[in-house]
Amino acid sequence: MERIESTDVLVIGGGLAGERCAMEAAAAGLRVSILSLVPPRRSHSCAAQGGMQAALANCFMADGDSPDLHFLDTVRGSDWGADQEVARIFADNAPIAVRELAHFGVPWTRVRSGPNQYHIKGEKVVIDEPAEKAGLIMHRDFGGTAKWRACYAAAGTGHAALYAVDGEVVRLGVNVRDRAEALSLVHDGGRCWGAVTRCLRTGRPGVTLARSTVIATGGYGRIYGKYTTHATINEGTGASLAMDTGLVPLGNMEAVQFHPTGLWPSGILVTEGCRGDGGYLLNRDMERFMVELEPAKQELASRDVVSRHMMQQIIDGKGVNHPAGPHLWLDLRHLGVDHLTTKLREVYEICRDFLGIKPWEELIPVRPTQHYSMGGIRVNKDGEAYSLAGLYAAGEAACWDMHGFNRLGGNSLAETLVAGRIVGQKVAESTRRTRLEIDTSVANEFLDREHARVQSWLNRSGAGQSVYAIRDAIGEIMINKVGIFRTGSDLAEAVEELRVLHDEVDRAVLGCRDPGVNPELSFALRLKGMARLALVAAKGALARTESRGAHCRVDFPDRDDSNWLNRTLVRWGRDDADPAFEYEPVGLLDLPPGHRGYGKASHVEMTESLDAYNEAVIDQQRRHGMRDPGEPVGSALKPGAWRDAEARAGLKAIEAGQSR
Amino acid sequence: MTARKLTFEIFRYNPEDPESKPHMQEFTLAEEPYMTLFRALNMIREEQDTGLQFDFSCRSAVCGSCGMMVNGRPTLACKTLTSDLADTVRLHPLPAFKLIGDLSVDTGTWFRAMAEQVGAWVHERAPFDPKAVEEPMDDELAAAIYESDRCIECGCCVASCGVANVRPGFVAPAGMNRIARFMMDPRDARSDTDWFDVVSNDDGVFGCIGLMACHDVCPKELPLLEVYAYLRRRALGTAFLKKA
Ligand SMILES: Cc1cc2nc3c(=O)[nH]c(=O)nc-3n(C[C@H](O)[C@H](O)[C@H](O)COP(=O)(O)OP(=O)(O)OC[C@H]3O[C@@H](n4cnc5c(N)ncnc54)[C@H](O)[C@@H]3O)c2cc1C
Ligand code: FES
Repeated sequence: MERIESTDVLVIGGGLAGERCAMEAAAAGLRVSILSLVPPRRSHSCAAQGGMQAALANCFMADGDSPDLHFLDTVRGSDWGADQEVARIFADNAPIAVRELAHFGVPWTRVRSGPNQYHIKGEKVVIDEPAEKAGLIMHRDFGGTAKWRACYAAAGTGHAALYAVDGEVVRLGVNVRDRAEALSLVHDGGRCWGAVTRCLRTGRPGVTLARSTVIATGGYGRIYGKYTTHATINEGTGASLAMDTGLVPLGNMEAVQFHPTGLWPSGILVTEGCRGDGGYLLNRDMERFMVELEPAKQELASRDVVSRHMMQQIIDGKGVNHPAGPHLWLDLRHLGVDHLTTKLREVYEICRDFLGIKPWEELIPVRPTQHYSMGGIRVNKDGEAYSLAGLYAAGEAACWDMHGFNRLGGNSLAETLVAGRIVGQKVAESTRRTRLEIDTSVANEFLDREHARVQSWLNRSGAGQSVYAIRDAIGEIMINKVGIFRTGSDLAEAVEELRVLHDEVDRAVLGCRDPGVNPELSFALRLKGMARLALVAAKGALARTESRGAHCRVDFPDRDDSNWLNRTLVRWGRDDADPAFEYEPVGLLDLPPGHRGYGKASHVEMTESLDAYNEAVIDQQRRHGMRDPGEPVGSALKPGAWRDAEARAGLKAIEAGQSR
Repeated sequence: MTARKLTFEIFRYNPEDPESKPHMQEFTLAEEPYMTLFRALNMIREEQDTGLQFDFSCRSAVCGSCGMMVNGRPTLACKTLTSDLADTVRLHPLPAFKLIGDLSVDTGTWFRAMAEQVGAWVHERAPFDPKAVEEPMDDELAAAIYESDRCIECGCCVASCGVANVRPGFVAPAGMNRIARFMMDPRDARSDTDWFDVVSNDDGVFGCIGLMACHDVCPKELPLLEVYAYLRRRALGTAFLKKA
């Protein structure tokens, strides 16, 4: 019944990152298998609507844009937590990735020449798009960028991209095993040789041996319970698989991004656009609290600031009660039916479909939720994991690390494709050089361990909690104490409480023991991993006594480049008592740390010189497990190329355009 | 205001369990504000029967995981509000697909086979050149392609289709929509004669008997009636050309 099969490349995850990577290996003539919890087209990549950043500089508001400017925005956005060489590789390759998608059939929205009406900062503006750009890929503004840069396919960028890439996967004949889950990695201590799997149609276990293994399992938003915009399947299992080995470190797990307006109780993302267009936030007493708290910007203050005030209202008991937990109101009534059914059509449809309300008549229940996971499996610039040969990671599951402590909107879709291409090529190269040299007895040992884990769940009885109660308790702790605004005392409590829950998992009892896939068992097998991820995120956040990007410590409000210009690494083998934390330099610094241009202006300067910092990077990273990439570290950096980028960008042209 | 009591009659069968026999099982639940079948089914599973099988992923009507028969009509459960339903709700799995268990069916295998059958990818004219600027495309055309690219492969049209339920090789409305999507894309190198072989047989457009229930059930409101008419026109046109 149990079976061992082999392939050349095993890709765990069928979202954009996994599939793009698989394509590259398949095109190189290798046998590739993709595992996915769901048919690949149902991966969460399909939910991204906003756009994909790439500096094509096609429309008027993008005039003068360049990969150099994209690099600057990305590094500044990361609050200098990014690996700048990776940000450079990313910015240089994003245009190729977007154009390649056009080649695969993505119906990108295109430039219409002649006068076009846009909404810019709430005002109607007419801009002439030049004839020579007609029909090229159009851009929109996505916040946090110097130019309009986000390429988009109407309101379904992620959907269109995923369908196009999956079409290529079908064309290339890649073996896709949907409803199949990786439970653990198979390795011999030095090299990864595939994974133990479980079929989610039948519940049957198996092993897939491979010369190279790629983890592309997406984000871990569900450790925040229902307080996330993520799909129900984003449970961070990929990061758990890697951490379970005890060899591979996870990077920056405390770096988590939040969004102020998740629809309640579903968590579905409601675009910023509704506050941009003049929406109000109200508490249970119908007070517009943002007016008093942020008189200047009111509801238009930054994501983080708005989220924080909203959380405080809820904590102060000013939320509106709902059986699933308190929420606040988003008031769009004054915008009127015309505006809501045209300019904010997606919001109107969400209200109609998921609340059954008309937003011009009724209030919308919202609250802040988790939105993006910057942390993940730590890899070098080729996407190869630290400390375990033959293992790669790409996409949201990876800490490649172009986002540092804050991801810019639209950069993550672009990352999945850029990384998929590059990592796929590296995987193909190294797979060709590797022979499958693993004893089946080692594979069987890993299979037996997973089998024992399944049995222990099925055999356990007693008065333990339900797996869902533990999941919910973890989510409450994460959103309330490891959330948007963090303090040492909250985090210390969170660590203690999470530890208790983590141990509770081993006593939890299933209600269902039916043969077959058993949905409760499937979830139970992921729960320990989720508890472990939550705990390392909380511990990492407690240890990091500064504020950087999305990691905001109320008790340490400044970014501290003298002590914390580094990346958190954590290792925690499945059988080890406690996680072990280490810190490595963020990477070679090209753009010196400075002010982001928004948010708080003050920070503690680095004490070391840039040269001294850079001098030590490679050795230190090697010491922390970095495997040498194919090209030397720093080879793609293009030092100083950003220097005149802003001058080249022609800001004057933008002003001229706006005044029309 | 006291909450309404909802009764759910749910189809149960676990093919992996030799003891299991197909039957309907009843659950009751107090209704909540803004309750969708996503929340209701998860509450039932978490509080009443942890073995209940169903599929959700995005819970925002974009991934196509949650197609099921709600009171006999195929639709997306995640965007079905209980406030739009009567006190008793009957739930069945989508027909035409292989049953995995309870409300969960195997759409993945079906859609992969369909994609292979119709060649659901751009048949390229030339290899990608990473150094070249993209080929321009009229925005109207891009928008039209996007419109038919919007299908989320939830399987509701397949489940509603009289032919797909009895003829496994039939590409069904979702397949026809895919064909139309690539036919109108100038980046695809296939000619009308290439398409003729895909379209003009009983597994293609001529297999359709015109009941068009698909058009009414599509949760994304794709204009399947127009798609069908477009394909028939194209297929008949090619047939004439072939004869001439
Ligand atoms: C609501 C929302 C809107 C967004 N909008 C944008 C946007 O406009 N622009 C932008 O750039 N980014 C956006 N993002 C972020 C972006 O969509 C994601 O970061 C990106 O799509 C992740 O892609 P991925 O391939 O890494 O992972 P995913 O697409 O999440 O795919 C993960 C895959 O892994 C599989 N998997 C997971 N665990 C296992 C396992 N154990 N075994 C086997 N398979 C497994 C899953 O089945 C799935 O196929 C948005 C995110 C959200 C939540
Ligand atoms: S869960 Fe994705 S469409 Fe319903």
